[in-house]
Amino acid sequence: MRASASTFAQGVDFSLYVIVGISVFFLIGITIVMLYFVFRYNKKRNPVATNIEGSHKLEVIWTAIPTLLVMVMFYFGWMGYKPLRKAPDGALEVKAYGQMWKFSFEYPDGRITDSLVVPLGKPVKVNLVSRDVLHSFFIPAFRMKEDMVPGKDNFLWFEATEKGRFDILCAEYCGQLHSYMLSSVTVVEDAQYEQWLASTAGTSNEHPGLALLKQNACLTCHSQDGSKIIGPSFKGVFGKTEIVVTDGVEREIVIDEAYISRSIKQPNADVVKGYMKGLMVSYEAVLTDEQIASITDYIKTLQ
Amino acid sequence: MTAVSTQLSFFDTRKGLFSWIFSVDHKRIALLYLYSLITFFLVGVTLGLLMRYELLNPGKDLVEAKTYNQIFTLHGVIMIFLFIIPSIPAVFGNFFLPIMLGTDDVSFPKLNLLSWWVYIVGALMALSTLVFGDGPADTGWTFYAPYSVKTGTNVTMSVLAAFVLGFSSILTGLNFIVTIHRLRTPGMTFLKMPLFAWALYATSWIQLLATPIIGITLLMITAERVLGVGLFDPSIGGDPILYQHLFWIYSHPAVYIMALPAFGVISEMLPTFSQRTIFGYKAIAFSSLAIAFVGYFIWGHHMFTSGMSGTARFIFSMLTFLVAIPTAIKVFNWVATLYKGSINVQPPLLYTLAFIFQFMIGGFTGLVLGALATDIHLHDTYFVVGHFHYVMFGGTGFAFFGALHYWYPKIWGRMYNITMANIAFVIFFIGFNMLYFPMLIVGLMGMPRRYYDYLPEFHLPNMISTYGSWVLATGLILMLANLAAGFFKKGPKVGRNPWNGITLEWQTLSPPPVQNFDRMPEIPLNGPYDFENKPAIKE
Ligand code: HEM
Ligand SMILES: [Cu+2]
Ligand SMILES: [Cu+2]
Repeated sequence: MRASASTFAQGVDFSLYVIVGISVFFLIGITIVMLYFVFRYNKKRNPVATNIEGSHKLEVIWTAIPTLLVMVMFYFGWMGYKPLRKAPDGALEVKAYGQMWKFSFEYPDGRITDSLVVPLGKPVKVNLVSRDVLHSFFIPAFRMKEDMVPGKDNFLWFEATEKGRFDILCAEYCGQLHSYMLSSVTVVEDAQYEQWLASTAGTSNEHPGLALLKQNACLTCHSQDGSKIIGPSFKGVFGKTEIVVTDGVEREIVIDEAYISRSIKQPNADVVKGYMKGLMVSYEAVLTDEQIASITDYIKTLQ
Repeated sequence: MTAVSTQLSFFDTRKGLFSWIFSVDHKRIALLYLYSLITFFLVGVTLGLLMRYELLNPGKDLVEAKTYNQIFTLHGVIMIFLFIIPSIPAVFGNFFLPIMLGTDDVSFPKLNLLSWWVYIVGALMALSTLVFGDGPADTGWTFYAPYSVKTGTNVTMSVLAAFVLGFSSILTGLNFIVTIHRLRTPGMTFLKMPLFAWALYATSWIQLLATPIIGITLLMITAERVLGVGLFDPSIGGDPILYQHLFWIYSHPAVYIMALPAFGVISEMLPTFSQRTIFGYKAIAFSSLAIAFVGYFIWGHHMFTSGMSGTARFIFSMLTFLVAIPTAIKVFNWVATLYKGSINVQPPLLYTLAFIFQFMIGGFTGLVLGALATDIHLHDTYFVVGHFHYVMFGGTGFAFFGALHYWYPKIWGRMYNITMANIAFVIFFIGFNMLYFPMLIVGLMGMPRRYYDYLPEFHLPNMISTYGSWVLATGLILMLANLAAGFFKKGPKVGRNPWNGITLEWQTLSPPPVQNFDRMPEIPLNGPYDFENKPAIKE
């Protein structure tokens, strides 16, 4: 198994060893007894069977022992799990967004990133938000996952015990590119973390519209180079004549500012022929009109 | 009764397709189910092999991501709703329950036929998504909202198919309950019933009481997709967690619809091949009822990471562990049944032993998933995929094929090639474990399920698993070919009781006549497995 790299992982691994240990012992024991009986009481060696109806004493024993053992297993499972639901006060809080098919993170200072950077040995609380369907935020090295449920707040917290870069995977099936919904968490020394926080959030000379497209995971479905992913490519789309399906009826439109804005706010009103309805969510509450204008501006440049 | 053993078998009374598809004879309906089930099973296996081929290497091997997602959904729907839920009750329950109770048919033969037709209609609906509309659903067999509300694939049809199939299951359950209460032959008290009948009895109650819940839930999905009623999708005011609750309130008990009949079959084969009475008859009979009952209250263990309250997680986890107890009791009693027996190692016994071994792995991995701490890591990973294949396929599937080898001579009056059956079994068994054990490992490593593509570190176990699927397929083909050869190339004829069994079906002709018995069946004095007072059976 992978490195165990959080305080929680130790509890999980311990209960895993307890349960698997007991299980393997019984699995092997029972299998050996069973095979021995088949050998020892084979009709060649034991031509006449003895009828034994049962035994109250044995029934009691093999009810009591499993009862005891499963309660032991339950107990360790519960103890290992309990810390997960109580984040310590003063934990660093980060918001994690899941949307088809990208994680993004929002730090308290407002910076938005594609992957997590956290300090070693400090509790971090991750508030989980889904923008569309179910996702699940899974860090195998930390042995934890929790679902991102649209319309419902959920969270998890951890304290990393090892430096390094660990995978974040989506564990709840969320559609076509579920298996590509990946990110990572990088655990660094406190000082390094402070340094990272202080660094100005990369004021690149990127087009602000492109930055918005990246932040909102638009590019997981819409390419910039003309290839078809899930939705139509942005390349050359502005000013293009398209056949769209509106309420089940096909019609021809020319793509202009108003059409782009409507596609962002009510993506299912008109669907370009040949694409699936229902996969894109409305960004009406996420993007302002200025931001949409900036995106449109950028799309115009992709000719 | 007269001693004419020359009565026509149920195969020979009437001929022609219509005499089968409109037959109300429980034996013919059982065979209709058998042939249709095996067909769908083979479709499901083919889809499974395609998935495994895709997962042989990281990256694309065969199909696109969307196609892969549709394949695992259809695979799950077929295997769950068309194969494993009906499997043992619809085939062997239908055929042998009336005979084991000493009667000539189920209580409602026409309903029985209707349930097969409903099954076929549901099956065709599920498969029609391959050809019509926007392609098969790509949601997973669980149809989780809100994705199932949003996706453009043909979810509505798949969901309606599952809805229709539910009725078939309810009708079978109802029929068995009434049959067991009303049609036992004089002298066959409840505590003289074979354990297979007990298992079917417990199963039938679950089918009758739990299936309507999934029916309603699936209709709710349809209402939401078609009419836009906001039930599960939060963007129109619904609650996705509510869907999960409703889904698992049925689908967890459904796990016992799949498992209990298998327990019944195993409890028949063990006494026959040990030539002694079952150890702890009452413990086995009543633990079925206990499992059926407790099984209703543990659905929440499928939702430990969904944000449920800590209290709910505590209770669901605890109850989940409780259901392990009656299951453990059964395993101990089965193994004890071998003690001081006179054991005849035949193909059905091999399947029984494999069942016990694999079912234990399924059960123990279930405990790992039932514990909260470990489930937080393993939920929705390949560990779960390995776990439920061990239970459903390694458990129930193996019991099904064991039962097929066990009752084959009774159904067709001929024997298959035993050596060939043993060889096929060994390959099948090795293939099975090679296919699914690596899934447990790769799940522990952290590979999520429903994954079209994976990180390079998961490569090795996936490769072994795919090779295993080819070994398993070889075993399966050999097994079915051997059974078919016994049937078409006319294997040697057998008498009434080739395995020296004791339950009533072994007293009648092989194959049985239309009325099931050519002479009054004799009930053993002290319970169904009283080998010491076994009635002498004249040919
Ligand atoms: C040759 C035999 C089989 C193979 C190779 C096979 C393979 C697989 C694989 C690889 C998956 C995982 C898909 C994924 O998560 O990406 C899967 C899922 C599944 N299998 Fe099988 N399987 C086989 C037989 C069966 C049988 C006999 C049953 C039931 C009795 C079954 C029931 C299921 C179910 C319910 C799922 C879950 C589908 C979902 O996630 O929605 N399979 N199978
Ligand atoms: Cu996902
Ligand atoms: Cu369950």
